[in-house]
Amino acid sequence: MLNTISRTLAPGGLRDETRANSIFVKGFEWFGDLGLFCARVFRAAVAPPSELGELVRQCDTIGAKSLPLVALAGAATGVVLSLQTHDALTRFGAKSLLPAVIVFSIIKESGPVITGLVVAGRVGAGIGAELGSMKVTEQIDAMEASSVNPYKFLAATRVLACVLMLPLLTLAADFSGLIAGWLANTLADPISFRLFLENGFKNVLFSDFIPPTFKTAVFGFIIGIVACFQGMRTKGGTEGVGRSATSSVVLSSLFVILADVVLVRLIQMVWG
Amino acid sequence: MNKEWDAPPIVIDDLRKTFGDQKVLNGISLRVEHGETVAVLGRSGTGKSVLLKLIIGLQPSDSGTVSIEGQRINDLDANQLNEVRKKVGFLFQEAALYDSLTVEENVAFPLNRHTKMADADRKERVRELLESVGMEQDLEKMPSEISGGMKKRVGLARALALDPSILLFDEPTAGLDPITAAEIGTLILDFKQKRKMTAIVVTHDIRGAKAFSDRMALIHEGNILAEGPLAELQESKHPFVTQFLKESS
Repeated sequence: MLNTISRTLAPGGLRDETRANSIFVKGFEWFGDLGLFCARVFRAAVAPPSELGELVRQCDTIGAKSLPLVALAGAATGVVLSLQTHDALTRFGAKSLLPAVIVFSIIKESGPVITGLVVAGRVGAGIGAELGSMKVTEQIDAMEASSVNPYKFLAATRVLACVLMLPLLTLAADFSGLIAGWLANTLADPISFRLFLENGFKNVLFSDFIPPTFKTAVFGFIIGIVACFQGMRTKGGTEGVGRSATSSVVLSSLFVILADVVLVRLIQMVWG
Repeated sequence: MNKEWDAPPIVIDDLRKTFGDQKVLNGISLRVEHGETVAVLGRSGTGKSVLLKLIIGLQPSDSGTVSIEGQRINDLDANQLNEVRKKVGFLFQEAALYDSLTVEENVAFPLNRHTKMADADRKERVRELLESVGMEQDLEKMPSEISGGMKKRVGLARALALDPSILLFDEPTAGLDPITAAEIGTLILDFKQKRKMTAIVVTHDIRGAKAFSDRMALIHEGNILAEGPLAELQESKHPFVTQFLKESS
């Protein structure tokens, strides 16, 4: 106790405490502003007119253009899983379980999380930098001056596109992961793809597949809202744009991981 | 008689704006009459651009009121404010063209959003607008492929797209060579004469302002220090007014 008081009263201690308070207050403010931003985006999203054209364009940018990277990341995960578990299962005499291990790992966790993180990197940075650049060059002001709500046209469409595209990208990551896992397994122990799938999916239930795939819609919401928020509050010219892009990736990746922990527990509680 | 026509296009009353500890606008009042062009002058960082953004509600004021054609924008909801904004064209300092759209798409943007024109009519309207600013040859170019002066011309065409009755110009000639600046000045003068529009022009360019404005307002320390035609300002004995006009000419 005395130590704490003396540390606080010492000039360095006071500075540390002030800095800690300032960081705490800023963190609190950030969450408050994010909440207000979510409310504005939600209000804008449900108000007419619909921005279907822009939504389709964003689905293409976020979904179709992320597909190669997501598929590659999924495939790499499948290969690594196959290589890593093959030896271990052989050692315990459970080699026949390899397809099931790969299928379960990919569809329940690796596929969704890899997709979330890859999209957080690619799309988060893209949205943060694009909206940040629009903010510092007054394009967002110009849009508002033209009587167009930027929260609807820019933010709501991007957030919704992320929500819609993440589960589809997850399916692509799962699919390429399974194919690559089978290929890596076949190089060591030849097995037909049909048999691999039969063994792998023998004990898979819909509840093993549907909730983990659709939880990525939450990842999509997090990536979209955080990146739009960081982009639309950019200050300070090109340096600010860089900061927004970086913070969009860092924060959305962090929140995707944290959300995954919560969602996995929630899914276990609901579906067992 | 139309009530909106009776009311002055722009009335600013005791407008105040603070950023942190810095008082930017400290009780600005200004009235702009129909067809009148007012040049707002002042040193950099005195809140001239902020004043324009407050006029169309892009930023909230701390206190004071802005009325556009009789409607106090402080009292309007988002939809009503959008309706008022359609009457106001805004040329931003760096033109603020949308990076991802071509010149043609930039000018068509407000038309796409707020009119139900057929494609052919819209294209024709965009071509007319770009022709009026001498940019009809560059329809397919991206903003990154055109010069600063050309961007301002396209920005002006976009600001005119919805046929606004009021125009706000933020440093229309800043960063341009003297010839391009004079061309932009001539365009503003042309539009003023042909369309009888009401305008506020924020500028440092006194020579240009003399040509296209009816009245000038000099902002200093958050207030309008002097207001009137250039000749009137030149008679002022205030040391800042004298120095500003001397250094600017």
